Amino acid sequence: MLKYVLSRLATFIPTFIGVTLISFAFIRVLPGDPIVVMAGERGITEERYAQLQQQFGFDRPIYVQFWDYFTGVLQGDLGNSFVTKKPVWDEFFSLFPATLELSICAMIFAVALGLPAGVIAAVNRGKFFDRALMSTALVGYSMPIFWWALLLIIVFSGNLGWTPVSGRIDLLYYFPNATGFMLIDSLASGQDGAFLSALRHLLLPTIVLGTIPLAVIARQTRSAMLEVLGEDYIRTARAKGMSSGRINGIHALRNALIPVITVIGLSVGTLLAGAILTETIFSWPGIGKWMVDSIFRRDYPVVQGGLLLIAVMVMVVNLTVDMLYGIINPKIRKR
Amino acid sequence: MDDALSAEAEMVHDRPGRLREFWFYFRENRGAVIGLWIFAVFAFLAIFGPWIAPHDATQQFRAATLQPPVWQEGGTWSHILGTDPLGRDMLSRLIVGARYSFFVGIVVVSIAASGGIIVGLISGFAPKWLDTIIMRIMDIILAFPSLLLALVLVAILGPSLTNAMIAIAIVLQPHYVRLTRASVISERQKDYVTSARVVGAGTLRLMVVTVLPNCLAPIIVQAALSFSTAILDAAALGFLGMGAQPPTPEWGTMLAEAREFILRAWWVVTFPGLAILVTVLAINLMGDGLRDALDPKLKRS
Repeated sequence: MLKYVLSRLATFIPTFIGVTLISFAFIRVLPGDPIVVMAGERGITEERYAQLQQQFGFDRPIYVQFWDYFTGVLQGDLGNSFVTKKPVWDEFFSLFPATLELSICAMIFAVALGLPAGVIAAVNRGKFFDRALMSTALVGYSMPIFWWALLLIIVFSGNLGWTPVSGRIDLLYYFPNATGFMLIDSLASGQDGAFLSALRHLLLPTIVLGTIPLAVIARQTRSAMLEVLGEDYIRTARAKGMSSGRINGIHALRNALIPVITVIGLSVGTLLAGAILTETIFSWPGIGKWMVDSIFRRDYPVVQGGLLLIAVMVMVVNLTVDMLYGIINPKIRKR
Repeated sequence: MDDALSAEAEMVHDRPGRLREFWFYFRENRGAVIGLWIFAVFAFLAIFGPWIAPHDATQQFRAATLQPPVWQEGGTWSHILGTDPLGRDMLSRLIVGARYSFFVGIVVVSIAASGGIIVGLISGFAPKWLDTIIMRIMDIILAFPSLLLALVLVAILGPSLTNAMIAIAIVLQPHYVRLTRASVISERQKDYVTSARVVGAGTLRLMVVTVLPNCLAPIIVQAALSFSTAILDAAALGFLGMGAQPPTPEWGTMLAEAREFILRAWWVVTFPGLAILVTVLAINLMGDGLRDALDPKLKRS
């Protein structure tokens, strides 16, 4: 097991350096001189330009700049935003809970519906229920989620007036941002209706972001279940006279869960990509919207730092999933 | 009955051609056949769209802005699906828009697949150190969420449909590399490759003539699936203002333009998205059928 962990870590480090290199390279390739962008419309004198160039170290050789950047990254220094002048690191982690809250809710939504749907479809293989569920899953899988969001807004916010269109909570409520998770904070504040308001704001973004993972999980659960249901030990269990609920729910599902867990882990990248669209549409103040806004504002340090942090996060999650997989399934370790 | 018998008799005499065998399995999947038909209509519209569309896609009917579809009160037959905020005919824009999505799919898949196959072949045949370097680079690209990487790439290159296609192709390419490399490595150990080598085939010949044709099945399936990913991503980039620019009637861009009118005019939002969904769904259905027909493990013999 130790060997497996070490070999996975050994691939992690060069990838991490490469990811840093790529996000470093972007700021140097982006069109428009960052200093000119910072100066804004008033323009800049040549002296001041040279001074700033020196201040940001743009006049030094590129490998020195990269080394500085890399050592900075390792110490949690990603530079400051051009727009807010605040450290990118701090901004990222003050906005991250919003994205995390949304992603966790989306994942709970996807698993809570996808897992039973997949099991039911597999048990009723080929019947009407299976076909209906799997057709729906394929539609969900093919869904342009930015359009799906707009449709839900038309129906639930426009026609029915049930849910708000943007933000995390009504402006009415104000309470300290203790955990960054609106659901917990609003509950802790004890204000009437605050929690409900937060919940209503969360509803549509959760559905939108959870749709594709839901479809993927339902499909994956179904195929994993079908595979397991064909195994001999299931036939044995059946021959023993075990109830089908117990067979499907306990014996089969437990083994079918292994590939499903992998899929759940691997959808973190999908979730973050989806968060870009979902947060933009619902004005959700998370890192997805922050990245899009920064790209439009040409706030290079933010784009660079955000890209790096998101990639590292995806890598860490994938590494963790790999490790867990190695623990659950000893066969993997041998490879 | 007679047909079935004679077909069976024929099968006994000569093995059916690859294409016929493929069609035999593909046809069994009803969803895939429906998908194929929808895709055929999509391709037809993509080629002949401007000649079929009732109006010019950019012509503004100033007297009829935000006119509802024909079945709603206030709709007219001259604008069957209504008009957008600038008075342009929705149906015409949707029909003409088909070619952008189709074009995106074709170009992205061609670039990503050809690049990925070449790199994957090299990686599969290369010495270990080169293989490791190539695969690490692919890992690095895959570490970024695809849409985010495409978004940043487009920000560097400047927002346009061409740059969006390049960005999406770069993002999708590692999947082909991995897939090709994996099949190359498993094929390389087989006897027919060894015998080809013994007979004196050079590495290049081994790569392209001997091994590659036997690796194509999963790549074809991947091509179908990434065709739909490409359309979705290009539409998403268009929606974020980083893809095709207005007044191009690209479906994602149309959605972005219509966003502020969603609560007043449902049709300007509903139809472009529906077009994307139906197209992507059809391609995914086809992809599923292709996989079932090409994957020997799933074939019922």
